[in-house]
Amino acid sequence: MNDIPKISLRGVSKSFGSKHVLANVDLDIVGGESMVIIGGSGTGKSVLLKCILGIMRPDAGEILIDGKSATSGDRDAFLSRFGMLFQGGALFDSLPVWHNVAFRLRQGSGRLSKTDARDLAILKLRRVGLKPEVADLYPAELSGGMQKRVGLARAIAAEPEIIFFDEPTTGLDPIMSCVINELIREIVVEMGATAMTITHDMSSVRAIADKVAMLHDGKVQWTGPIGEIDASGDPYLDQFINARAEGPIESVR
Amino acid sequence: MAATTFIQGFLASIGRSTLGLIASFGRVTIFLVETLSHIIRGPFYFTELGHQLLRIGYFSLPVVGLTTLFTGGALALQIYAGGARFNAESVVPSIVAIGMVRELGPVLAGLMVAGRVASSIAAELGTMRVTEQIDALTTLSTNPMKYLVVPRVVAATIVMPLLVLVGNTIGIMGGYLVGVARLDFNAATYIQNTVDFLEFGDLTSSLIKAAVFGFILGLMGCYSGYNSGRGAQGVGQATTNAVVSASVLILSVNYLLTELLFPA
Repeated sequence: MNDIPKISLRGVSKSFGSKHVLANVDLDIVGGESMVIIGGSGTGKSVLLKCILGIMRPDAGEILIDGKSATSGDRDAFLSRFGMLFQGGALFDSLPVWHNVAFRLRQGSGRLSKTDARDLAILKLRRVGLKPEVADLYPAELSGGMQKRVGLARAIAAEPEIIFFDEPTTGLDPIMSCVINELIREIVVEMGATAMTITHDMSSVRAIADKVAMLHDGKVQWTGPIGEIDASGDPYLDQFINARAEGPIESVR
Repeated sequence: MAATTFIQGFLASIGRSTLGLIASFGRVTIFLVETLSHIIRGPFYFTELGHQLLRIGYFSLPVVGLTTLFTGGALALQIYAGGARFNAESVVPSIVAIGMVRELGPVLAGLMVAGRVASSIAAELGTMRVTEQIDALTTLSTNPMKYLVVPRVVAATIVMPLLVLVGNTIGIMGGYLVGVARLDFNAATYIQNTVDFLEFGDLTSSLIKAAVFGFILGLMGCYSGYNSGRGAQGVGQATTNAVVSASVLILSVNYLLTELLFPA
């Protein structure tokens, strides 16, 4: 059995001016596992994802992927192992949907032809429940839910081993949220990918997670299997998952 | 006591502004070096370059054409009126030509394209920054500097000399139209005087200025957008910064280039 975690964070810290967003974060994510990071707004969840991807550089600490430093080796090869669904979709406005989905496959030396890339994009769009007619539309012509699905299709297009989901259900109605959550769960299991999701949405947490980690005050406050979340005994986690205004987490009124 | 506090505050604000200016200069210089390093190293996105050539060049033709046409006409009227004071009305064709080609063509085209293109580049990249599209490019194994910045800066540098060439011609035509229709110049003599007076050096200096201005407006548009702040206000500020910084740099670099190309 392979004991090396797929993603390992060791003492990761990141500050913006005097604000310490991440303070000595330690976290392990096992291969094939779906880890969901929860926590209030501004607790550094998105920053954590961006640090792993190298979009932001941590001030201190180490990030290991399969036991090797994320900052060593070929950057393109490193990034090709990841897919990411952004909070707002982050679709490229100037490109049609199919080109957005197949963007990575049209780059580099092994790039696909336009026809092959379009066919593959349509296949991935079908996988997320979108019809082939959507392929030639532009992102501005899509609803929020459809944009999320296109973003999901783009994240899985190159069949990455690690997929990040940043607030996948933000701004969606409850039914569409449920659809996206189910899609994420199905796709992650089907691909055998390691998933890391950040969200505030407890229905997403219960639908997607194998394990949960709660960030508070820049630190991992609690981590454990999803089955233990309701009986954790941690007052911070308890307040968060039960959406209570009273508790150790201060709320600004 | 109050006077001392006021003077201290005043000096402190000057110090802060100076430090801010030096820091901005440093950041632009780093961005410039980074852009140059990506221009000389692949991969190159030729399709993207083609889009930008069309967008910056072809679609700027009307604004450059109209600006230089009316400026050439106004220049002819001014030189005629000024020349009449010492019986030198006949210099209109030659001065319009030299004025347009050496100075007004590249500077006006530079300023107009800065207003049209640098602002739109800054708004586009700023929006891409705010909506995480630039981060998305990175996660898709695409370097945003190579995909977004290099094609825009290179396209602006390539098309500006072409735009200025067209602008110079239209500007001289504007002078010609006013000269012939309003000031009773002989058409053939006007053209002959223009052609005879212009030298090859005038044209090359015009094109050199144009290329440098194109590089400046492309770079400042990209720099402002790429480093845009958050939200609509951040993008708005980036757009303003792009136009203001590109315009001021174009005018100051124009003086330096003129000193260099036409030493007194």
